[in-house]
Formats: sequence, structure tokens, C-alpha cells
Amino acid sequence: MTRQDYKGVALVAPVTVPYRRYSTRDAHWWIARALAGLLKDTGLNKDDIEGLGISSFTLAPDTAVGLTQHLGMSLRWLDHVPMGGASGVVCLRRAARAVQSGDAEIVACIAGDTNHVDTFRRTLSTFSRFAQDAVYPYGSGGPNASFAFITDWWMREFGVQREDFGKLCVAQRRNAMDNPYALLRKPLDLDDYLGARMIAEPLRLFDCVMPCAGADAYLVMTAERADALGLESVRLLGAIERHNAFPDDPVQVRGGWEADRDELWEQSGVGPDDMDFFQAYDDYPVITLMQIEELGFCPSGEGAAFVREHEFAYDGDCPLNTCGGQLSMGQAGAAGGFLGLVEAMRQLLRRPLGRQVADATHGAVSGFGMINYDRGLCSAAAVLARP
Amino acid sequence: MPRSRAALGLTAQAAEGRFALQRCEECGQVQYPPVDSCRACLSGELLWTPMSGRGELLTHTKLHHSNDPFYRERLPWRLGLLRLEEGPVVVAHLHQECPPPPAPVRVTAKLDKAGRGVLVALPTGDTRDMSTDPRNGEFSCDPRFRKVLVTDGKSRVGQALVHELAEAGAAVIWVGQAEPWKKYDGQEAVGKLPQVTVVPLDLTDERGVMRIGAEIGARVDILINNAEVHRTEGIATRAGAELARREMEVNYLGLLRLAQAFGPAMRSRAADGGASAAAWVNVLSVYALSNYPPHGTYSASKAAALSLSQCLRAEMQDSGIRVMNVFPGPVDEEWNQPMPPPKLAPERLARDIVLGLRDGVEDLYPGDVAREWVERWRDNPKVLERELALEAQ
Ligand SMILES: [Zn+2]
Repeated sequence: MTRQDYKGVALVAPVTVPYRRYSTRDAHWWIARALAGLLKDTGLNKDDIEGLGISSFTLAPDTAVGLTQHLGMSLRWLDHVPMGGASGVVCLRRAARAVQSGDAEIVACIAGDTNHVDTFRRTLSTFSRFAQDAVYPYGSGGPNASFAFITDWWMREFGVQREDFGKLCVAQRRNAMDNPYALLRKPLDLDDYLGARMIAEPLRLFDCVMPCAGADAYLVMTAERADALGLESVRLLGAIERHNAFPDDPVQVRGGWEADRDELWEQSGVGPDDMDFFQAYDDYPVITLMQIEELGFCPSGEGAAFVREHEFAYDGDCPLNTCGGQLSMGQAGAAGGFLGLVEAMRQLLRRPLGRQVADATHGAVSGFGMINYDRGLCSAAAVLARP
Repeated sequence: MPRSRAALGLTAQAAEGRFALQRCEECGQVQYPPVDSCRACLSGELLWTPMSGRGELLTHTKLHHSNDPFYRERLPWRLGLLRLEEGPVVVAHLHQECPPPPAPVRVTAKLDKAGRGVLVALPTGDTRDMSTDPRNGEFSCDPRFRKVLVTDGKSRVGQALVHELAEAGAAVIWVGQAEPWKKYDGQEAVGKLPQVTVVPLDLTDERGVMRIGAEIGARVDILINNAEVHRTEGIATRAGAELARREMEVNYLGLLRLAQAFGPAMRSRAADGGASAAAWVNVLSVYALSNYPPHGTYSASKAAALSLSQCLRAEMQDSGIRVMNVFPGPVDEEWNQPMPPPKLAPERLARDIVLGLRDGVEDLYPGDVAREWVERWRDNPKVLERELALEAQ
């Protein structure tokens, strides 16, 4: 059975509430700022929003349900998507189906998290039962340790060099230079990357994202509705998600996209070569490389060669994470899972935070999340186009 | 720090020095991290099963950053991801002598400073414990270079402990004596050891215990409480409570007094680097688990001491002091003379206690008799109670 397409689904109003390293506000404040941003951007009223999809790590003890009272919203459709880095695309998939079926005409998808001084450590130590039982007691290094294992494995198994990862990070930082929202805008060259402070061998400082507070949001509605409202929109061509793929790989070499990518491109009616940019989930560069391979930008195991042959800044032949990605913007909790999606929308709408990819009409977005034990469990990807 | 009930099963195994994981009784799959139902067939019948300890190191890292103050002081810290022969892939602390991957490793389960059961990978070969890696000394309470108090140096067990500790490289051994003016057999041999200092210590004397605690408590790294009164009485064999009170005064209240006098200072020094305060050992008796009627009042006092030592362990947990309970069967000494063999030689008990400290275990059942008892008790405590009642007739 083929998957139903996403024909007629439109994304409207990419919103980013400027990130901050630390915030004394709660997640509720950040999410409210994002909702206010959506309304301001579109001229819609709160009552026009019929559905709400929420992603957040720091909303406890609340869920999306509690937010309806905080935000004073009466909704006919509500979803809570606690999937971290995959939440942007997964929220979109849910909302798209709601809009297609008529369960809700306009859905607001919002991710927001705060970052108090102790938030990161608390989130780590209680992230999942497996993490608290079988990872956190081992030196309390957080996800750095898990990704160090994966990176070490990739370097030995596939001949990836530190310089290959560095090339991606340096290009992303260049993309961030004109982005006023990027928390990290200091120029970064390969020597800075290679010589940075060691965090968890072989990972050094610029392999790791910096936790921060922030929120990102977008609206989903039918293209018809967007046009009628006079709102600029982008189209959803295809989208996939997968959870706990390939559990028998002893070390994570595949995130999950490989299981569904052929259907993604078939549904989208375009291929990797048609993409004008790629917004990959960049919590660590090894994961970016994993996405490049699995989504078919290059054959499996040839990521390093691909990196050496291409240029990844906004003006290169393979623009990657064009706002600088989380490595430059910061990782605002679950909002990090929305960042690639809203950036892709901005590029297609020609409203970039920083630099514009010339003539961009098609782009791919990918998400990855939830290091439950030794690997990320959630993978997702979407293809967007300018109408 | 929260931990799931299933994961505490690993801790319970590690507390006795065993590396066991849950194995599905239906399909045989070995599970890790600990779960509530089999990942393969969803059966809820999982049995903690000893593992071979053979594993292959797949990938490794060295942490140079930690979110926990305890590890921050101990960086860099080595970790490995390894595949056990039985199937699961596990995260483990990695001994510094393990070669880089791919490499075979030996996997053990230990208690960490916080008392959590954790997996530790050692190089294959004969590294008996973690002591060759100073960082991984965190999992051990090795008496080497440490200052130890033995609360009764006069008993045969006490003398054996002093000699064994000296052999193991203890830096200082304080030897408690309730009546230091009284001569006893073996006194000369103990006195000749250069590490030994005799201290007057009568556990029934509250002020005296506090005074010694104030004097040496801030220097004691390992406290071994072996002082006891042992009479062979049931209820009907003697009128009055006087002998039972003397047992309780030393075996139960003596532990309470010691814990109040020495506990706070030891707790505060547990996080010191190097030879820090490390362990508190209570020499109990396997009779603490179930009353042995011919030694009925003694059993009761040891049961009280066991209960109190669980309280001590809970209060010590955050500090990182290991509370080790030792459950010997009948020991070959004065009050057990009427007992038929097998009896545990004091020297063997002392050696097992030192090995237990090195291995960092929490509950120790030295000798065949103790191990048999605990097996029967685990199998069915009610049946054991009836068996012991029959023995008493
Ligand atoms: Zn099973």
C-alpha cells in the first residue's frame, strides 16, 4: 500500500523567538512568545487556530493539555510530540494529516524550552529510564559520551577524519556569520576546530551543541486556505518518520532514514540531486554525516569522500544548515528539532535569518532525536518546495 | 538519583560480587538495560542469571567533561561500549589497562561510590581487582595505605583481622580493647606490628566511645566492628534478661554508639582523593537472618544490629562510604566450642573480609555454612525457620 500523499498541505509563518543562553522564564513563556509571533506574522486571531502541536522537554509537570489554559485556547485538535530532534518533522506529519482530513483547519506547531542553570543536568539525569539506569551513572557525561562512542566507531570503520567533521562545522559557522540570532558567531576555522578543548574523546568543543533557551513555530493549513488569507506558504512534498530502526546494529551506524528514504523521494517526486539545500539535524557532525548517507546524497560508507568533494556553506554546491545550525544557534531543547524546518521555510520564502541560498526552490529537512540508551531512536525527514 | 526497580536488581547482585543480568525464562534472551518484560517475546518472567563476563570492546571514549561534581574531580574518565558474549551491548567503566578496541575484556559488576550497581570492564588476564587503576579504586575499599580501626583486637577474629590487615598494607591499625590492662594470648604478636596502636574502647561506655571518636574519628578510613558478646542461651535456659541485655549493649547499642561517634567524621571524608574514608564493616552472624534457638538471644541481638546497619547504610549512601555486612556461620572460637564442625577459622574470616573490601561488596557470606544458610533462607525463610526449630529439639 502506498502512503497517501501530502498534496495541498502548506506551511506558513516560520517563527523563531531569539534564543538565549540561559533564561529565568519557564517553557510556558517561550511557547507563548512563539504563538504570539505566529499571530503577529499572519494577522490571525488566537480563535482562528483550531489545532496545536507541542514539543518541549521542560514543560513538566504540564503537557500540551495544561498549555491550553495557559494560552487561553479552545482547541478541537491537540498533540504532544516529545521527540526532541525529530519533533519538527513529526509535528508536521501529524498536523498535515489533521488539515487534510478536516479535523482542524489551522494547526500551530510550537517547540519551546527554557534553560535554567541546572536544567541541562536535570534533563540528562532523568531523560529516560535506560539513561538513568545504564548511562548517567557512567561518568555523567550526558549525550557527549554516547556520541563519542558512535564517532569513534565511524572514524575507525569508515575512515572518517576529524578534518571531515571539521569541514562541516566550519561551513556552518560561516553560514551563521550574518545571522543575528546565532549565539555563536565568532569566526571558526579548521585549526580552531581541531585544537578545541577535549570534551569526550574524540569529540572536542565544536563538535558539541550549546544548550540554550528558545522557541520555534510554524502554522500548517491547506494551500487553499493560505492563498485565501493572502499568506505566503511553502508546500510539503513528502515526509517520513521511523522509531528504533535497526536495533541489531551493535553500534549506531544508521539512524533510521534508510528504511524509508526511497518512499520519501518517490512521494516527493524529486530526488536528492534536486535539493537546493539540506537542513540536517546537527547535534554532532557524525549524525549530519549519517543523514547525508542515509537520505541518499551519497552512497553508504562514502560520506567522508562526499564531504571532501563538496562545499557546504550557503554559497557552496551543497548548502547545509544555512542559518548556522544548532552548532551556531545553540540547542534550545526541543526547539532544536524545529530549527531546520523553520529555516527551510525561510529559505524557500526568501526570508532568511542570515544568508539566502540563491534561487532555492526545493529543500530537505531532517530530524533525529532521543538518545534513550546507546543511540538516537527517532528519525524523520521532509521535502519542502516553493509553490 | 532515581533508578528503576529492575535496575536495583543489578545492584542487589553486585552487592554480593556477582555479575548477573535478566534472562528470559521463555525464550532465553538476555536483557540489558534492565527491563520489565522480554524485549523479544514480551514474557514477564525474567530471571537474574550469572553472566560469563566475557565481552568485546567495540568502541571507547575518555570523558574530559562531566555534569557531576564527583566525576569532575576524577577526569579524564574512560568508558567503553562493549558486546557481551550473551548478546547485549552495554556501557561500562573501562579500566585504563584495557587495550583500544577491538579487544576482548572481562566484565564485572561493582558498586560505585553512590552504591549503585555498575558494570566495569577489565583487561583479560589476572587483574584481580581495580586497584591497579588508581581512578577505578572508586569501586574498591582496599585497605592498602588506609587507616583502619578494629573495634575488638582481643578476640581471635580481631587478632586475625589485625594480622590480615597488616599483610594487606594498611598504614595504621587502631586496635580497640575494652579492658586494656588485661593480658591475653596473642597480645605480643599483635603488639609487635609497627602499624598497631592500642586504643581503649568499650562499646558499652557511651562517653568513652565518643571520646575515642573525637580523637581518631577524623582519621579512620575503614572501621571494622567485630566487638560482640556471645552467649549460648535461649529463652527457657536461663531466668532473667541480664545476659541478653549484655549482648544487646554491645552487639546492638554498641553499633549505635559507634555510628554516632564515628559516622559523621567518616561521611565528611568519603570524597577525599587517594586514601579516603571508604568503608564500615559490621561482623554480624548468619543467625541475624533467622533465629538459631540454641543461641536465641545472640541471634536476636544480631538481627537488631542488622536492622540498624541497614539504617546506617541508608544514611551513609550519599557520602560514598560502603557499609559491608558480614554474615559468618559459626566461627571457631570460645563460645562455639560445643558446636560440631564445620566451623569457620578466624583467619579465613579475616581473609574473606579483606577480599570483600577489595572487591567492594556490600554483603558477605564467608564460608560454606553461611552460603548454605543464605541459600536456604532465600529459597524459603519459613521453611528455614522450621528446620532450625527442629534442630533445637
Ligand atoms: Zn523472551
